[in-house]
Amino acid sequence: MPLGLIGQKVGMTRVLLKDGTSVPVTVIKFPVNYVVQVKTEEGKDGYKALQVGAFEAKEKHLTKPLIGHFKKRGVPLLRRLWEFRVDNPEEFKEGQELKVQDVFKPGDLVDVLGISKGRGFAGAMKRWDFAGFPKSHGHRYHRAVGAIGQRTDPGRVWKGKRMPGHYGAEPIRVQGLFVVDVLPDENVILVKGSVPGHNKGIVIVEQSTIAYRKSQQLKKKRLEFITQNLVKEEKGSEA
Amino acid sequence: MSSELLRKIEGRYVQKKNYPHFDVGYTVRVHYRIKEGDKERVQPFEGVVIRIKGSGANKTFTVRRESFGVGIERIFPYYSPNIEKIEVVKIGKARRAKLYFLRELKGKEAQRKIKEIKPWELESMQKKKEQARKEREQQE
Repeated sequence: MPLGLIGQKVGMTRVLLKDGTSVPVTVIKFPVNYVVQVKTEEGKDGYKALQVGAFEAKEKHLTKPLIGHFKKRGVPLLRRLWEFRVDNPEEFKEGQELKVQDVFKPGDLVDVLGISKGRGFAGAMKRWDFAGFPKSHGHRYHRAVGAIGQRTDPGRVWKGKRMPGHYGAEPIRVQGLFVVDVLPDENVILVKGSVPGHNKGIVIVEQSTIAYRKSQQLKKKRLEFITQNLVKEEKGSEA
Repeated sequence: MSSELLRKIEGRYVQKKNYPHFDVGYTVRVHYRIKEGDKERVQPFEGVVIRIKGSGANKTFTVRRESFGVGIERIFPYYSPNIEKIEVVKIGKARRAKLYFLRELKGKEAQRKIKEIKPWELESMQKKKEQARKEREQQE
């Protein structure tokens, strides 16, 4: 079962390999992550998990029960909490800080959970990838949905019919993203490809739950050359 | 747009390049390493820089040349490890940042649009520019 951290999307850029290939990456930074609660099978909860928190909060923003929850464990007041189901909760202590380099290493596959960009009330073409209608040649009907049902039988519109409506701003999980590099001194990881949400959006990154699959294992092997051929500058120097 | 942290991280994955200064309108020769099977060789590509785009690791420039009446444009990533070196062949002054209009012109006509500046003229030109700027500042 996967352990993960709560982080923040910084933005996208690219890194170059020694042979000149460029790899698109998303930069994710991590504030200090604390283990807030350890849940074990023998304990009150009856299942194994770690409650992890990050992003410090002011007292006025939290409820009294939550403040008590943090104070009891000697953890600063935190804004975001997330539970990770892990196999070995006994190895962690409440109040312990989780380090980026302990959780992720280059070459891992991770899942990233984020809130997608909100698109407001969107039409069927944007929301459901409908083809729409021709823009010209006498058409006066361009981006509309079209027909939504049959005739007297069934005499109603099917449930779940794809129509315009609110789109985006919902939790999205992207699975099996490749960790290109881990920078422990900046608390940053680089992930190949894109990640849901806007820049500065909060994302949850965890060890991929589908990493055991054969296709993912092959992918991991296929992408291994990226970590080996990264063009990297010496520490401290900037271009 | 890009945050400070992002720029800092970009800097870490970028090889320092010591190209001579070149700008849009310059004619440059780019020595680009290419692989043929398992052999490597360096191929020079000479032409006019018609666009410099992006910043940090995303910076690219486009070089346009005409060979046998056919226009060829190549986009090079500025920090590509395959670029061995860049030589400035001709210093040219263009009046805009993107020279897309060259695509419609041919041969001599295209050359006429870019004012060539000899290397020894460049220094005095920059001095004049600076002087003019100073004068303007004083007037204000």
